[in-house]
Amino acid sequence: MMNKQPVGAHYGWKDWMIQRVTAVIMLLFSVAVLGFLLINGGVGYGEWKQFFGGELVRVLTLMFLMSVFYHAWIGVRNVLLDYVKPLWVRLTLQVVVVLFLAGCSIWSVSILWGR
Amino acid sequence: MASPPVASGKLTPKVRPKYYDLNLLHLPMPGLVSIFHRITGVAMFLFLIPLALLVFQGTLDSEASFATWKGYLAHPLVKVVVIGFIWAYLHHLFAGIRYLLLDLHIGIDIAPAQASAKVVLIAGLIVTAIFAVRIW
Repeated sequence: MMNKQPVGAHYGWKDWMIQRVTAVIMLLFSVAVLGFLLINGGVGYGEWKQFFGGELVRVLTLMFLMSVFYHAWIGVRNVLLDYVKPLWVRLTLQVVVVLFLAGCSIWSVSILWGR
Repeated sequence: MASPPVASGKLTPKVRPKYYDLNLLHLPMPGLVSIFHRITGVAMFLFLIPLALLVFQGTLDSEASFATWKGYLAHPLVKVVVIGFIWAYLHHLFAGIRYLLLDLHIGIDIAPAQASAKVVLIAGLIVTAIFAVRIW
């Protein structure tokens, strides 16, 4: 019998795993950045601009942000699965969330490399 | 539905309706950690992601806009909001570490699970306090 929903959880362990892998990536990045901020305090524009001028920093920051967006997608989808029962409402909200996060991804690239 | 087996000749009636204690303040520690993990996650999705990107863009844009944003962030009300987001981030992070450890079957018995929930709640508040002092 087929009783699975087209906007269900896809019933696999892939998202479960990605949720944890992205969590570890964010954890490592957060410890580095929060630790730096706690020790050094505020930075001036020159240092800030120079820091994000480095290609490695840009790539690592984008990896962090992509982890945030993917992690947010899985988390918010799980919340919607719990509380939003009508299929069309759920699907619509899921599309809005995906578009928003896709937009944030493009915005991030533009911030990091756009100027 | 199949009728339940009747051994003694009479059924013990279930107490209906059943009431669950849905007051957040009455939740056990792991329950508090869990619901705060969910609330902070949704709040960060809705507000922190767009706001953080806005600040990130603004501070990298030019020396002038960097100064403008620094001015905004110096406002006491903004500082309170920032500290709120710092707590949300840290609570979500510490609770997440606890869940990763539980996934690895570390601390899954009831006593350590309750203890680690307490550690998560307190650590989130303490580290937030450290950042709050640093910001102020």
